[in-house]
Amino acid sequence: MLEAAVAIRGLRHTFPGDRPVEVLDGVDLEAAPGAFVSLVGPSGCGKSTLLQVLAGLLVPDAGESLIEGRSTVGEPGLAAYMPQKDLLLPWRKAIGNAVLGAEIAGVGKEAAREQAMALLERFGLTGFESAWPSQLSGGMRQRLALLRTFLVPRHLLLLDEPFGALDAITRREMHQWLQEVWATDARTVLFVTHDVEEALILSDVVYVMTPRPARMAARFEVDYPRPRRPEIVTDPAFVADKARLLAALDAPTQRQAGVPTPPPRWDRLRACSEKPADEL
Amino acid sequence: MAAEAPSLRRSLPARGWRLFGRWGGAAWEYAPALVLLAALVGLWELFVQVLDTRPYILPAPSAIWEALLDKGHLLPNHIQATATEAILGLLAAAAGGVLLAVVISSIPLARRVLYPIIVTSQTVPAIVLAPLLMVWVGIGLESKLIVVALVGFFPIVVSTVDGLASADRDMVALVRSMGASRIDELRHVLIPSAIPGFFAGLKIAAAYSVIGAVIAEWVAAKEGLGIFIIRSQASFRIDQIFVAIGVIALLSIALFVAVHLLARVASPWKYANEKGENGS
Ligand SMILES: Nc1ncnc2c1ncn2[C@@H]1O[C@H](COP(=O)(O)OP(=O)(O)O)[C@@H](O)[C@H]1O
Ligand SMILES: [Mg+2]
Repeated sequence: MLEAAVAIRGLRHTFPGDRPVEVLDGVDLEAAPGAFVSLVGPSGCGKSTLLQVLAGLLVPDAGESLIEGRSTVGEPGLAAYMPQKDLLLPWRKAIGNAVLGAEIAGVGKEAAREQAMALLERFGLTGFESAWPSQLSGGMRQRLALLRTFLVPRHLLLLDEPFGALDAITRREMHQWLQEVWATDARTVLFVTHDVEEALILSDVVYVMTPRPARMAARFEVDYPRPRRPEIVTDPAFVADKARLLAALDAPTQRQAGVPTPPPRWDRLRACSEKPADEL
Repeated sequence: MAAEAPSLRRSLPARGWRLFGRWGGAAWEYAPALVLLAALVGLWELFVQVLDTRPYILPAPSAIWEALLDKGHLLPNHIQATATEAILGLLAAAAGGVLLAVVISSIPLARRVLYPIIVTSQTVPAIVLAPLLMVWVGIGLESKLIVVALVGFFPIVVSTVDGLASADRDMVALVRSMGASRIDELRHVLIPSAIPGFFAGLKIAAAYSVIGAVIAEWVAAKEGLGIFIIRSQASFRIDQIFVAIGVIALLSIALFVAVHLLARVASPWKYANEKGENGS
């Protein structure tokens, strides 16, 4: 059997303090190599926390976090991580920011620069290689942060709400664009978002998280043919699947009203196939 | 008309001056200060003429001007000596200050041990220290250099430590996720973050460096503006003392401006939008 690109089992974490914040309450997740996996959950449920554990920046209280079989606990540098903020270094020009990760990973300066220049057009940054980050538009900054992440020589990309700060129109463009880029690159992607439509358009698999303290509420396999056009959002099947995803997002709120947590609806929902929904 | 939108932040006369380039703009900016200064000098002249003040109490600006023409040929050697002490002392202060700041920032114990000592060292006036240094290292260049460095390193340490502490923690986390070592963190994030703070401290040190050198020269020296003042005082040439004061002021301003320009060169990203370089 092929080794999972990402395997998370029973992950727990509480931020200590005067009022400890229990964030992750036994999270499980698996991603196959080359898959595009999205993580959807309400704001503040612990999505960013989960990515930080995978990036090796946060030591969890319990559980396993593996990338290609290696534990990420206390070991950063196993994945290409794009934080929620673009965090471009203001003192580096666009090209310098693009090659930062590659440079730190030990790719030679010249080689990294060549790779970046070759990708500039694909990332819509042609002619802006020597602009300072403060001179770029929001969309360009985001694409530059993505380019920087793509140039980190790792098999796994961890993207934390990369389009969260963009307007709806730019965001739609970015969805098309990201699909194209990913199709030729074929690395594993773990994509965090709170936008279910975005998750459905982009993903092979969508995980739905409960509110904090987070667990997995459901897992959907999305098997629309690719490439997926923007018009897909008006397709009746898509609309129905979106409704099921939203229902999964809403369901766990009952838990807070005292109803015991149902087991996660693992694989029970096979959304988005051509066949009519035979369950539910 | 609308080809280039007029900048609303600049008044019309300022834009007129800008036809003469950057220096024309600067001249306009400082014109009010120069006018005020000229008015004060005029009042001073009037005051001395009307009250017929003794020249060994308060000489008129015109008398000072004559003293400059008369004894000006003596000044270049003194200026060179004082400027050399100030600049070398400033360089020593910068090197020592940055080294100390890095140590204090990266080792908590060093912070607890060194910070109180550094603060205490500032309570010893340079005028008290100077004679001791003459005894210890002689009346040559070294003793003056040490006085200037001791006066200058304090603001540099304090503001560089603050600059290092102001580094964005998320940026540090980002480079750490790329597998960065401590040296990489310093090189890519911490040091660039501290550059503005370092230069703020260096500006203060530059403004005080000439005074520091002059104070050291008072105690004992073969050449320099300090010894020029002592000699003028001994022969009741108050007009020459005023000449020296003017030269000290100009020298201090020149050093301050030089550091300011250096700061611009060292942090081009801060001024990128001003110049409109690579804009739109
Ligand atoms: N360093 C921290 N210390 C304390 N609480 C934190 C810290 N980081 C995040 N939290 C809290 O943990 C919860 C989950 O945060 P996060 O993972 O950023 O959520 P999400 O990305 O899903 O919006 C939030 O309630 C947040 O306030
Ligand atoms: Mg988040």
